[in-house]
Amino acid sequence: MSSFLAQEVPLAWYLLLSAVLFSLGVVGFLIKRNLITVFMSIELMLNGVNLSFVAFAQQWHEVKGQIFVFFVMMVAAAEAAVGLAIIIAVFRARATLAVDRIDRMKL
Amino acid sequence: MNVSLHLWLIPLLPFAGFLINGILGRRLPKWLVTTVALIAPLGSFLLVLWNTLAAFAPIEIIAWNGPGPLPRELTRMPWVETCPFTWISAGALHIDFSFVLDQLSLVMLLVVTGVGFLIHVYSVGYMKDDEGYARFFSYLNLFLFFMTVLVLAGNALLMFVGWEGVGLASYLLIGFYFQKKSAADAGKKAFIVNRIGDFGFLIAMFLLVANFGTLTFSEIATKLAYPGWQGGVVTVIGLCLLLGAAGKSAQLPLYIWLPDAMEGPTPVSALIHAATMVTAGIYMVARTHVLFDHSPFALGVVATIGALTALFAATIALVQNDIKRVLAYSTISQLGYMFLGCGVAAYSAAIFHLVTHAFFKALLFLAAGAVIHSIGGEQDLRKMGGLWKKLPITFAVTTAGVLAIAGFPPFAGFFSKDAILYSAFLQGAGGKILWFAGVVTALLTSFYMFRLWYLAFLGESRSKDVHPHESPWTMRGPLLILAALSVCGGWIGIENVGNFMAPSVGALATDAGSASLEHMLMVVAVAAALLGWYIADRLYRQKPAQPAELATTYPESYKLLANKYFVDEFYGAAVVKPLLNLSKYFLEWVVEIGILGGAAWLIGGIANFAGTILQRWQSGNLRSYAAWLAAGAAAVLLFPLLQSVMFPIIHHMYIYRWGH
Repeated sequence: MSSFLAQEVPLAWYLLLSAVLFSLGVVGFLIKRNLITVFMSIELMLNGVNLSFVAFAQQWHEVKGQIFVFFVMMVAAAEAAVGLAIIIAVFRARATLAVDRIDRMKL
Repeated sequence: MNVSLHLWLIPLLPFAGFLINGILGRRLPKWLVTTVALIAPLGSFLLVLWNTLAAFAPIEIIAWNGPGPLPRELTRMPWVETCPFTWISAGALHIDFSFVLDQLSLVMLLVVTGVGFLIHVYSVGYMKDDEGYARFFSYLNLFLFFMTVLVLAGNALLMFVGWEGVGLASYLLIGFYFQKKSAADAGKKAFIVNRIGDFGFLIAMFLLVANFGTLTFSEIATKLAYPGWQGGVVTVIGLCLLLGAAGKSAQLPLYIWLPDAMEGPTPVSALIHAATMVTAGIYMVARTHVLFDHSPFALGVVATIGALTALFAATIALVQNDIKRVLAYSTISQLGYMFLGCGVAAYSAAIFHLVTHAFFKALLFLAAGAVIHSIGGEQDLRKMGGLWKKLPITFAVTTAGVLAIAGFPPFAGFFSKDAILYSAFLQGAGGKILWFAGVVTALLTSFYMFRLWYLAFLGESRSKDVHPHESPWTMRGPLLILAALSVCGGWIGIENVGNFMAPSVGALATDAGSASLEHMLMVVAVAAALLGWYIADRLYRQKPAQPAELATTYPESYKLLANKYFVDEFYGAAVVKPLLNLSKYFLEWVVEIGILGGAAWLIGGIANFAGTILQRWQSGNLRSYAAWLAAGAAAVLLFPLLQSVMFPIIHHMYIYRWGH
């Protein structure tokens, strides 16, 4: 199955998709105003990178890339837990999630 | 290397006493403080005594008598003990914690611990009602610790540790009554003047390391034995050492601290500023005598300074009215004798005088302390008088001390002073001048000591309202022992001392078949002492009004002497005042406010300015942070891209356009 994929779809396509995902993430990270969307953009970037990892791992028959993906996913999960907690705390304190309006350094 | 460390117990016992009394003394009962304070020096003294016996006894007796089997080398001096770990190891320079017991350090140790113990006992009575009882004894024990380290040290650096340590103990004890400004100032003065001498000692050590690569005394001696070491750098080292010795032993021009040091309690004056610490300079010269032996010039300077100091201090002592100050100037003068002895290479004679001087000067100070103690703290000779009836024992022991210092046979001072004068006389034409200065000093010494004797003890009492009383036994006991030593201490004779000390300080020069010359010189010296006594007798017993008349007849000379030649005033104007002005005007206004303050202001200003610019970055706007983050990441990515893609392209375009 995997060899079928590798044969059918060239590596470059995966990388292209990965770059598109990552760039979408970066753009979302920079221009979106809602904190949750910004947060989701970060996840998008991480998963774009993950895609490159598995693609290269497949290409070179190397398991390290796949292992690394697990690490990234684990960190992303932890980050999601902490990040969402922060977002809830921010919302409680400021009653808004618009990043442009959360610019005071103290409460 | 042997690892038997019983020599280390000699300094460590007083150190333990210092720790116990210094840390716990305030909470311990008085009898316990006393016990601890006395056991430490007594233990050290017994150890030294045991070493002395071991040094003299045949090997079989030691093996039979000592605790456990002893190494046979014990009878061999110098007996070196090195701590098993290295102290300093830098390149070729190795310095160990090593102690050396030879004839020189043995004699010195006997004096330091023996006289030291007696003075500890005396202090029990003298300081009985003092609030700082435990503090006083912890300082005394600390002093003994450093002094024994100084004496036992096998290299110059370890000696320097002891040297600085006794300076510290001296400072603490001079300023013992630190609530009194004069005492605190005197302590500071002693410390600062000593620092000038220490500077010389340090320079000498640097030169020793640079030229000999070692600070161990025995190695220096070995290297000096090679031909080619004469004058030059050895002279410079000798003169630097002399500066150190002059500071510690109160010689010209650094003697000024010793008279002021009398602010300390009297036992301190006896122990530190008469018997032991101030003789450290003489000990140091004797310890490094190989250097001086290779430099006749340095030796000549030692002798000249010694003779000048002896004469100079004796003239000041003539007119002092404070009993302790008379004794202080007399100490300076006697130390000058010892330097004179060292300067004519008669080291064993100098050490002999050091020992007898320790006996009679400690005695005189302790007796003066007993007098002061008994009449309620009065130190002015003019307010004493007629004390012989009230204080018979003190009077008797003082008489022994006065006769000893004046150099009458058969008292101790006669033998040692005579040995120094005789050795000086043998040193050619210059030696005759030194000898003459010594004889004049002997006359003056005899005069001022009998003046003290007449003023304090004889005549009519000049104070009505005090009731003198004899001191307790803890004070009288040491006085009697020291008096006995002042009488008998010289009977051992310079020949025996010279022979015993020869292995460590070299043999005494003697003029073969000159017994008649020696006797003639003795007669001259005793005649000078008798003349001094006669003048004192005329002035202070037969015609008590005459001293005042003399003072009014020759007001200039009297003023000059009474004000100690205005040396303190001169130093104040020439050294202290310029230094103070320098710190006040140059250091405070230019360096402190101008340079340091300006630099602080400049650096602070730069940081402040940078902060006002950079704080705009910290806007709190999350998206601006995100943009900087993305820009940074892009820059990091762009750099290798430029490097690997753009630069080669530019390079190729360049070549295409301009050729190589």
